[in-house]
Amino acid sequence: MSLIDSLPRVGAPKLPRVDGLIPWIVPLTIILIWQVACVTGFVSARVLPAPSDVALAGWKLLLSGELARNIWVSFWRASVGFLIGGSIGFSFGLANGLSQTSSKLTDTTLQMVRNIPHLALIPLVILWFGIDESAKLFLVALGVFFPIYLNTLHGIRTVDPQLIEMGRIYGMSDGELFRRVIFPGALPSIFVGLRFALGIMWLTLIVAETIAASSGLGYMAMQAREFMLIDVVVLSILIYALLGKLADSASRALERLTLSWHPAFQKH
Amino acid sequence: MQEALRLISPGAEPVRADFVEQARRLRHGSDGASRGLALTIRGLRKSFGDNEVLRGIDLHIPAGQFVAIVGRSGCGKSTLLRLIAGLETITAGTIGFSEETRPEDVRVMFQEPRLLPWARVLSNVEVGLGHERHLPDAQARAESALVEVGLDEKRGQWPAVLSGGQKQRVALARALVSQPRVLAFDEPLGALDALTRISMQRLLERVWHDQGFTAILVTHDVSEAVALADRVLVIEEGGIAHDIEVDIPRPRRRGSAQLAALEGSILKNLLQGTEDTSDL
Ligand SMILES: Nc1ncnc2c1ncn2[C@@H]1O[C@H](COP(=O)(O)OP(=O)(O)OP(=O)(O)O)[C@@H](O)[C@H]1O
Ligand SMILES: [Mg+2]
Repeated sequence: MSLIDSLPRVGAPKLPRVDGLIPWIVPLTIILIWQVACVTGFVSARVLPAPSDVALAGWKLLLSGELARNIWVSFWRASVGFLIGGSIGFSFGLANGLSQTSSKLTDTTLQMVRNIPHLALIPLVILWFGIDESAKLFLVALGVFFPIYLNTLHGIRTVDPQLIEMGRIYGMSDGELFRRVIFPGALPSIFVGLRFALGIMWLTLIVAETIAASSGLGYMAMQAREFMLIDVVVLSILIYALLGKLADSASRALERLTLSWHPAFQKH
Repeated sequence: MQEALRLISPGAEPVRADFVEQARRLRHGSDGASRGLALTIRGLRKSFGDNEVLRGIDLHIPAGQFVAIVGRSGCGKSTLLRLIAGLETITAGTIGFSEETRPEDVRVMFQEPRLLPWARVLSNVEVGLGHERHLPDAQARAESALVEVGLDEKRGQWPAVLSGGQKQRVALARALVSQPRVLAFDEPLGALDALTRISMQRLLERVWHDQGFTAILVTHDVSEAVALADRVLVIEEGGIAHDIEVDIPRPRRRGSAQLAALEGSILKNLLQGTEDTSDL
């Protein structure tokens, strides 16, 4: 949400129902043009199948139960990997933000590791774990770790020191100071990390499943490629997009709920 | 003039011309004793590394007095205030209160309101109760402090939607809610516009009269100092260069010849050490 959009407009009365539909105009138009282009033969079905064909393929896979199974597997990998990497990153961010000693001990190391692109580890990870579940979880967790770590750390370090002094003056204990001043102050930055991490989570999973997996959406797409089932390939890509959008919406909703005090989130 | 002020800024605190007299009668009618604490400072020094900011301050402030501290920027006014409030460590010397103090007895208010943006106005005020904020009457006390500063209707708002003057009034309520016996102000009105300043000055004077705490106000505005204080201290080169009694009865009329004359002489004192006064 940009600041300018959230400013109240003068004169223009709000039409809430129409407002909610506006974001869907562009995707729907694109699908419509795509359909027309395919039906009229402007685009060959070997290059890009029509949306109706993709939907049909999806329906068939849904009936066979294959679609639900693969989505579930991918979803499970994404969320478990995210929880593991996210909670470790969050803990390190808290520890290094709050304690000088902990920061001196681990921050330099972590900053060094951060410069290795985690996808470069794929060959090593396959050697270690094979194409086991743990390989995917490891990669997702590693990818998610850094945005969460860095933004939690940054959030805590940039809490207004004047507010911390105020908390101390008014006799807050360490626990209270954390709960009432430091954590809420770091929260906007933590959310930035969360949304970055969600993006990296899907990216990592797609790559990992395409290269080393025997189930999941990425595997489904690679299988379909071998059998030239281009509609299934497109379907997998669309489902990835949808899941990514869903994760983003969930984090936005959470953000709106917890940051309702923030001027950028206030309703007019 | 007062009517006009109220018309111009309808959100401002309503002006009560008679409050000072009322308060005086209340206070002196009952027992005459002030709730404030007396304060004695002896040989106070403070250095930051090699930089000796305060070089021996000796000062006695009687209970309930309103003292203003003025001086050029960087002369150590804030440092003195922070030492009194216990926010800095003393290099040498002593600061003593006339009675044993609880942490809730000494409160500070800064130029920035320092409100928690993620807490509603009322819970920001509750923060001021210190260790007593978990008692059952906490909310009632916070509410009455808000009433005191005339912001009762904003209790459920986020600080972000308040004006600068309103935020500062919430900060005042937070400082008052524990009924402190010493209240230290570090340029609390420095960031406000002229009209809001005047109404805030009246508010400060009123709560000081009602509650009888000892008030220590750091300000760079000499006219504010002489309008509010019983006594003005001028700090220069790490010491108290002038200690001026403001013997003008309250309520004081802003812009009166008496106040202007006193303000002029204090300004002259302040400028004495300055070599280049041609542009002033
Ligand atoms: N925490 C600190 N560390 C080092 N030096 C400090 C610190 N706080 C203040 N000083 C120094 O002490 C001197 C006095 O500062 P102080 O803030 O008390 O001035 P002031 O009179 O309040 O000025 P102003 O009117 O601009 O607020 C300054 O030279 C400042 O650089
Ligand atoms: Mg200062």
